[in-house]
Amino acid sequence: MNSLKTSFQKLMMYPSALVGLAAILLLVIVSIYTMIAIPYPEAIRLWRGGEEVWYRNPKFAAPVWVNFFSSKKYSESFAVGTADGGISKIATPGKNDVTTYNMTYEFDFDYDVYPQDMILYFDSTFKEKQPFVSVELITPDERTIRISNFAVGNSFTYRFSQDAKLRTKLRAEEVIPALFSDPATGNLMKGKYKLIVIGTTFEPDSTMDMEFVSHGQVYGLAGTDHARRDLTLPLLWGAPVALAFGLIAAIGTSLLTMIIAAVGTWYSGWVDELIQRITEVNLVLPFFALLIMIGTFYSRSIWVILSATILLSIFTGAILGYRAVFLQVKESMYVEAAKAYGASNWRIIFMYLIPRMIPLLIPGLVQAVPAFVFLEASLAVIGLGDPVLPTWGKIIQDAQANGALYKGYYYWVLEPAILLMITGLAFAVLGFALDRIFNPRLRDV
Amino acid sequence: MSLTAQAPSEKITFRKRFANSGFARMLRYVLVRVSTLFITVVVGIYLTILIANMGGFVDQIIRGEIRDGITQSIAANPAYQQLDTDQRKTLIEERIALEEKRRGLDTPIAVRNFKFLTSALQLDLGRAFNMTSDSGSKQVKLILLERLPATLLLMGTSQLFLFFSSLFIALNLSRHYGSFWDKVIIALSPSSAVPPWFYGIFMILIFASGLKALPFGGMVDSPPPANTIDYAANVMKHLVLPGFSLVISSFFLSVYNYRTFFLIYSSEDYVDMARAKGLHAKDIERRYILRPTLPNIITNFSLLIINLWTGALFTETVFLWPGLGRTAFQAIGLYDTPIIVGSAVIYAYLLAITVFLLNFIYALVDPRVKIGE
Repeated sequence: MNSLKTSFQKLMMYPSALVGLAAILLLVIVSIYTMIAIPYPEAIRLWRGGEEVWYRNPKFAAPVWVNFFSSKKYSESFAVGTADGGISKIATPGKNDVTTYNMTYEFDFDYDVYPQDMILYFDSTFKEKQPFVSVELITPDERTIRISNFAVGNSFTYRFSQDAKLRTKLRAEEVIPALFSDPATGNLMKGKYKLIVIGTTFEPDSTMDMEFVSHGQVYGLAGTDHARRDLTLPLLWGAPVALAFGLIAAIGTSLLTMIIAAVGTWYSGWVDELIQRITEVNLVLPFFALLIMIGTFYSRSIWVILSATILLSIFTGAILGYRAVFLQVKESMYVEAAKAYGASNWRIIFMYLIPRMIPLLIPGLVQAVPAFVFLEASLAVIGLGDPVLPTWGKIIQDAQANGALYKGYYYWVLEPAILLMITGLAFAVLGFALDRIFNPRLRDV
Repeated sequence: MSLTAQAPSEKITFRKRFANSGFARMLRYVLVRVSTLFITVVVGIYLTILIANMGGFVDQIIRGEIRDGITQSIAANPAYQQLDTDQRKTLIEERIALEEKRRGLDTPIAVRNFKFLTSALQLDLGRAFNMTSDSGSKQVKLILLERLPATLLLMGTSQLFLFFSSLFIALNLSRHYGSFWDKVIIALSPSSAVPPWFYGIFMILIFASGLKALPFGGMVDSPPPANTIDYAANVMKHLVLPGFSLVISSFFLSVYNYRTFFLIYSSEDYVDMARAKGLHAKDIERRYILRPTLPNIITNFSLLIINLWTGALFTETVFLWPGLGRTAFQAIGLYDTPIIVGSAVIYAYLLAITVFLLNFIYALVDPRVKIGE
């Protein structure tokens, strides 16, 4: 206990290690939050979801914060609906089972770039008589633009930009710029716009709900990808996946290597010989090629890859390092004493040999984590990531496949890359400091 | 009487002396070492073949591909349009049987694995299933040889530069222990936790996409320049980003490791003794610090050389560099077992030979090491 305390005090002398420790703690907190806030099945449903889940988002939208760095303000995407109260809906019953719904939404348009598109989604129930809708837009200079009138089915989508009639009416090449411009000068007009939708149903049990979606150039805190998915989901979920993969692989590999080395040195003879031969064979095996083969031929599940990684990483040069130390420990007096009072072999291995190795184990273990975190990302980048899980590597792979760097969607690559970098470096600096504290050979250099 | 009694004892002493002589000891050592290394290579290659065949599953994939290809080619061939369905079916089956025989799929997998193993060990690498070299050959040897220069260029320049520059800088730092640059290197050494392809993405982002100064990837422009000098310049331009990524991702840790290594050796008692004797600082460095570290440096260098063969799989893939690493990756994607095994067997042989030779090199450079003990 005391030695732990002094070790920690020594760790305090390395500011970089404290930063690393803080970053790891933060990642752990984010991981726990993510797993509670977006449970696994929900995360998978969203990540695997197509248009039906993500239709509200624009494609390839940069995150909102790019506006801080840009001289031009890109228009933000938004989605509001009557179902969740985002748009006020006032129902006025009239004669002959007719009900009028007054749905208005006022929004600030304070950007320098026109939105890509605006879309209205209607949901209604009726038996025979289709509900009817008329749409108007009131501009900041109090003009009223009559957008369109149409009957809506059970579910109906109206896209402003695709409306040819509206285009003719506005005498413009494109609808959206025409709606948001001053007709006299043709310049973009900032200010408060008001969308008024008046819906009429003709049956007593008929209902009507509407969603109003604007696809801008920027969306949310992380932006979106080619499948309209909000990148906050894989960025958040990438944290627990990366930590789990890195930690399980590092702990599994280090512990198994140590136990096998201890067993080998204790029993010596053919056991030791066998372990050394397996290590030599393993050195000959092409590690990455085998992992890729397993990913391509057998399964890309993260658990299969994780097990294969651990199996292939047990019998490496590290086993020889542990062996050298165990050979010394084996000859020490307290092991002799244990033998003398008749302790069993397994008791000596697990209660006498291995505990002596823990201080040497910890730095190596922490330093091994980044390699495994990046291994998972590397496999994902060449297309062998888990097909189901949202991970940081997968984001980079999607971005690469869609030519993100070529087309300038930098956010798409940078966000996961920076998170990976933080995770990797946090463990690396902590492990580096621990190595300098625990490793007696490095104490003075 | 006395003669007959003497002779056997003389024989025994001679045999004993021979058995203890350096030559016999070395011979025994060489035999044991060569056979264990050979068994290691055999087991390693056999495992690779097993995994690359996926216990026979790859056969099913290849069978499916053959069936698909032949059925389609016969359906598309106007010469067979008049045949009725039965005739066409028998024709298809015949062709499939022929093709499977050509690929050797008619013999059981265990026999094939064993044949494959023996020919691979004789470096008879055979023919690829799907991949072809740029010159159109299906010989595994030619495919690998065609990609070798690209990998040697990328890995050779970056790894040799990395090795010599970090050795040189580390030696300098170990003389100025605790200096500003020493601290900078220590602080930056955790940066090597990040793999080269990852730096590569940042490099592409900055220099290719942002500044548009260097190409995104590949080894030469398309179409390549006709003039040899322009061609070389163009390849150099493509080499900068992947090469730099490979160097930067290992540079600081490599310098740190060598520096620490030199420092540990320069704190030995005999170095203090040499200093006390008043030897020249240069002599101390050369004879007392560098000399005992030589075996390690040679090991690192020889491992570096054989690792050139594996290429940089991920970096080559990110930069679309047509090297051996990317070839291995493509081969796996195409279930092309001969290429995977061919590449693995050459690596295994190189490693085994290097490990074997290192034992002797140690004995040559380090008088404390004796072979066979």
